[in-house]
Amino acid sequence: MPRLVNARVEYEVKLGRLPTLTEKETHYCPGCEHGTLTRLIASTLDKLNLREKTVLVDSVGCSVFAHDYINTDAVQAPHGRAPAVMAGIKRVRPDLVVFAVQGDGDAVSIGLLELVNAANRGEPVTIFLVNNAIYGMTGGQMAPTTPAGMVTTTSPYGRDVSYTGQPLDASRLLASLDAPSYVRRVVLPLEPIRDTGLYSARGSLECLKVVENAFRVQLMGGFSFVEVVSTCNINWKMSVLESKKYAWEVLAKTFPPGVYKDKFGVEKV
Amino acid sequence: MTKEFTKGNEALAYGALKAGLNAYFAYPITPSSEIPETLAKEFGSHRYPDFKVFLQAASELEAISMVIGAASTGAKVMTATSGPGFSLKQEGMSYAAAMEVPILVVNVNRAGPGLGNLGPEQSDYFQATKGGGHGGYRNIVLAPNSVQEMATFPRLAFSLAFKYRNPAVILADAFIGQLKEDITFPDIEPEKFETPWATTGARGKERHLILSLHLDFEEQNKQSEDLRRKYEKIDAAEQRAESYLTDDADVVFVAYGVVSRLCKGVVNRLRDTGVRAGLFRPITLSPFPYKQLSKLAEAKRRFEVVELNMGQMVYDVKLAVGDASRVGTIQKLGGLLPTTGEIIRRTQEMVANA
Repeated sequence: MPRLVNARVEYEVKLGRLPTLTEKETHYCPGCEHGTLTRLIASTLDKLNLREKTVLVDSVGCSVFAHDYINTDAVQAPHGRAPAVMAGIKRVRPDLVVFAVQGDGDAVSIGLLELVNAANRGEPVTIFLVNNAIYGMTGGQMAPTTPAGMVTTTSPYGRDVSYTGQPLDASRLLASLDAPSYVRRVVLPLEPIRDTGLYSARGSLECLKVVENAFRVQLMGGFSFVEVVSTCNINWKMSVLESKKYAWEVLAKTFPPGVYKDKFGVEKV
Repeated sequence: MTKEFTKGNEALAYGALKAGLNAYFAYPITPSSEIPETLAKEFGSHRYPDFKVFLQAASELEAISMVIGAASTGAKVMTATSGPGFSLKQEGMSYAAAMEVPILVVNVNRAGPGLGNLGPEQSDYFQATKGGGHGGYRNIVLAPNSVQEMATFPRLAFSLAFKYRNPAVILADAFIGQLKEDITFPDIEPEKFETPWATTGARGKERHLILSLHLDFEEQNKQSEDLRRKYEKIDAAEQRAESYLTDDADVVFVAYGVVSRLCKGVVNRLRDTGVRAGLFRPITLSPFPYKQLSKLAEAKRRFEVVELNMGQMVYDVKLAVGDASRVGTIQKLGGLLPTTGEIIRRTQEMVANA
């Protein structure tokens, strides 16, 4: 832990603290990608100078404390309802930038109706779905996105997809609708480089571009959805490095990264 | 001042528009559907320039969460529903109460648990007045008994909701919602409210957080105690009721909504036969008008609570009266209304057995 804190301090001494990040240390478990995504979002809001016109909608799950770290106005949504709360804000105040970070339980299970319908109306909001294939906050239960065979506390013998259904692919689902402008999936964790023992950060670099694309799409009046394939090493019962490997070798096969929809061609810019 | 022959639900919709409604999020359910239908028709008309958003949601849950989002910006926002839909609204209403977001939810009460039927009942009284959703909180609940009040209560409800930053409920019933009567709309400008708490971007000011998660027990304790103090303030200042011929009454009927009108007829008929009867009608069901009713109960009177449920308001009446032996209850269920004859007969039986 001290090492991580020092790394952050060193980073901020060199580059200066981002105005859109608060000074609070995150509660996320070591190895979790939530903190990385938080920083990518904050730096994008700063780059686009959006902090003062942005409202963050808190979802329920590990992302529920997003307002503790992202220094914008924020409103709490009931579990799964963030897209509806966002739509409510955006409809009366189209001048505001509205976004949420949702987990896979929040967005794809209890809040699927709100997600699909907000997307289908093309609400000009931005949703980041952190898909770590498990219910992290409640202690590692099966999620709608849990891959076949994965052991969780409510699928202790591995997920039997013939009994509980296939992992639900939110990006493909939303891309099948006409209205969404930008549907994009990235794999955020560090990627093991074969036979070297080293790890590549290309996932987070790609994610940074995608986060900016997503906000640009909202500013152009479109619905943007970014699914961030992530890890939960604590509840996966893996070491941090094992979880990175699992994310790239198993999760990324179930949820392949890619551009699922890009109406405005922001990927090409 | 315009006089119109209008249906209760339509009057409520126009009443909300004339109160400066900014946004309405709809999920249709009978017998409240004329409210979104009327608003959909008026959406975009030059008559109501404040009315910026009409949006049909995919579910009651989505609608109430949209209401929260829109209201968090300081807008005047309403949704309407009925029975089964009101159950689904409870999720969002608990959050709105916790986050102190002023919203207006209309429930045109229909009959029965489950799907029930489309007739009038008052069985959502507990749900509306005692919290309804999870956790401890209170709504401000107004009970109209005429189409005229359907037209004027949205303004009052918004006024109270913004004054106390609290969910307000208009608890009508299927009868009042569907009834047609002559009404007049007073020509008054919509009220404007200060909303320094709103989340509209932290431009040139400290950011605002509208949250309901307080993991620290002391922090949650403070939030809940603050809410409690607010409810006590509402209780002290906002109890409203109407009394009819109660001064010398030996028997006082206690009823709200459509039943209060039946009871007025009962009182008149009893007075014709020499019985000194009166009517006490709560207008705010929450805060319940304990003060006025307790005062009436200082004299040794009987109170007959007439309601369209298995006995819900009767508990509040017993609390106010203090002596349960002086409180009787007459109930009717299933979407039916009691006749005046029935109410008189039951009253005579109870007086005889008392």
